[in-house]
Amino acid sequence: MSDAIKVPTMAEYMAQGKQPEVLFWVGCAGSFDDRAKKITKAFVKLLNNAGVDFAVLGTEESCTGDPAKRAGNEFLFQMQAMGNIEVLNSYEVKKIVTACPHCFNTIKNEYPELGGNYEVVHHTQFLKSLLSEGRLKVEGGKFKGKRITFHDPCYLGRANGEYEAPRELLQKLEVELVEMKRCKSRGLCCGAGGAQMFKEPEEGKKDVNIERTEEAIETKPDIIAAGCPFCNTMLTDGVKGKDKEGDIAVMDVAEMIATAEDF
Amino acid sequence: MQYIPNILFLIALVVGVGFFTMNIRKVIRNIKLGHGVDTSDHKAERWGNVFRIALGQSKMVVRPIPGLLHIVVYVGFIIINIEVMEIVIDGIFGTHRIFSFLGPVYDFLIASFEILALLVLVGVILFWTRRNVQKLKRFWAREMTEWPKNDGNFILYFEMILMVLFLTMNAADLQLQQMGAAHYTQAGSFPVSSFIAPLFENFSEATLIIIERTAWWLHILGILIFLNYLYWSKHLHIMLAFPNVYFGKVVPKGKFKNLEAVTNEVKLMMDPNADPFAAPAEGAEAPAKFGASDVMDLNQIQLLNAYTCTECGRCTSECPANITGKKLSPRKIMMDTRDRLEEVGKNITKNGEFKPDGKQLLGDYILHEELWACTTCNACVEACPVSIDPLSIIMDMRQYLVMEQSAAPMELNGAMTNIENNGAPWPYNQMDRLNWKNEA
Ligand code: SF4
Ligand code: SF4
Repeated sequence: MSDAIKVPTMAEYMAQGKQPEVLFWVGCAGSFDDRAKKITKAFVKLLNNAGVDFAVLGTEESCTGDPAKRAGNEFLFQMQAMGNIEVLNSYEVKKIVTACPHCFNTIKNEYPELGGNYEVVHHTQFLKSLLSEGRLKVEGGKFKGKRITFHDPCYLGRANGEYEAPRELLQKLEVELVEMKRCKSRGLCCGAGGAQMFKEPEEGKKDVNIERTEEAIETKPDIIAAGCPFCNTMLTDGVKGKDKEGDIAVMDVAEMIATAEDF
Repeated sequence: MQYIPNILFLIALVVGVGFFTMNIRKVIRNIKLGHGVDTSDHKAERWGNVFRIALGQSKMVVRPIPGLLHIVVYVGFIIINIEVMEIVIDGIFGTHRIFSFLGPVYDFLIASFEILALLVLVGVILFWTRRNVQKLKRFWAREMTEWPKNDGNFILYFEMILMVLFLTMNAADLQLQQMGAAHYTQAGSFPVSSFIAPLFENFSEATLIIIERTAWWLHILGILIFLNYLYWSKHLHIMLAFPNVYFGKVVPKGKFKNLEAVTNEVKLMMDPNADPFAAPAEGAEAPAKFGASDVMDLNQIQLLNAYTCTECGRCTSECPANITGKKLSPRKIMMDTRDRLEEVGKNITKNGEFKPDGKQLLGDYILHEELWACTTCNACVEACPVSIDPLSIIMDMRQYLVMEQSAAPMELNGAMTNIENNGAPWPYNQMDRLNWKNEA
């Protein structure tokens, strides 16, 4: 695989009169956050490798409005949503994949009533289907036998009932999957949701991400796997706070696959 | 003269049921203070939930020990109510064990009531121990003092006493049957009370009749009092859990409702043909209040939720904010909503309509600090055994704070300004959104 990644935009596709198979919704974190950009690139590598015909909106993409909505600013949310829907509809987008569970949830559940009807999947679900269609091949590789615990993102798990796709991917990597005490439908939040990412926490005994990181560390993992850029940040900070960054990595499932396969 | 007991019984029954009906009417009136919601969708799923979650107690057994204990008490409660039917008929017509003509079926019924009564008694004692000896954390939170704390125990005492009275009544009855006392038909099988009966061995018939009658009367009066106690108690859930589960959320938990009033305004703003200075359409409603600051701003399901809350604290014990010591407790959100709704209800009963009392749910009951600690993780919604959605109330109140009061925490205002100006919660230029593509 060459190092250069191919990231066509919808505008380019449009100019050529083509429609991609799927639109990759990168999201704000995936576009701007240094850590999350790595996840974005890893996912693009997987898409390139599997020969997926995809495009991004690029500079035409804007925040889905999720943090505004959960902060209580319905106006700003709907302004953002309608703006995005206008762009998406003008490109006649049918299917969207995103590596951010917040974007996934908002576009999938809250856009339809505002006129945005698309098939929306989380990147772990999309990767799972690429695997089952045989378009992407994954074998143990680097992580074979490693102890991995998966942190369920609230907006993928509880909010939308998807617990298995990321775990199936990890199992394909032949890792030793260990569950935290609170997992799946009872998984503990990382502390970022509901716009908490963008404010200081209220007064308490502890930060939520520390509580969650401690629980993850209890499973003695080599890697904490995540499926959300915000969870990733929270847990990375948590691991640093516990001085464990030398021993435990926090990685997105897509990054793990890309690394395992040396893409 | 001989009809005096029947008349007294009828009076007790009418007063008990009448008073209860009056209070239930109040509950309904109060719930109707909220906005109506269209719940004609997902019928099959809603009934499925009623069978699985309410009747089948599926969420209770997520925690196996209290879950199983609760099922014992719940099944016992429902089945023993068949016996109450007999008691009521006997009470009105002066009969004794009217269903005894059922023969072996009757024996079987009475035997199962007795066994269930014993199991309920054991279950209730264990519940009491969990609350008062083991002092489970979720029963000793900030919102669980005074009335809520006592209420939890009163219910258990009620149930203990009712079960003991029921078994005492049967034991005395059995003893009387064996003596061949007139009026005491030979009927029923008494696997539990036959162990109590020997205590009464040397009692005279007259004494036994007094014991039997006293237990019988106290038992049925106790039930009527308990029925009327519900209105003040978290025990109201034994009735409201069923409708509440029916009306519970049936769309993905992550789907929050979009405010229609906002949609209309945003559409207008984005429509290049709209005339921003046009006079509002004829008959247009007054601009809606965004979000909720008091119970009347909530919807009827949220208010039903508040009356249904069992104060079990399963939500709070899974809440990341609460676990890490923040003030937020989803259970308290529900309890506050009920308390305020009751306060508003009393105000209406007294004044004929609601007279502003200078108080509201937001601030006087639920603090800003609690609302802002929520991560919208849905753990509370998932945990609730009766499908309550505390998160929806938190969201409605946040909307009020932000859209009506511009009272968001400072850093959040910054993030929102960024979203508005450059399409991301951070101060990056939208034109740089694809720069990652070329970065090493
Ligand atoms: S949604 Fe909010 S209130 Fe409910 S458990 Fe999560 S943080 Fe707590
Ligand atoms: S909201 Fe549900 S889980 Fe929370 S205390 Fe009430 S009944 Fe229990």
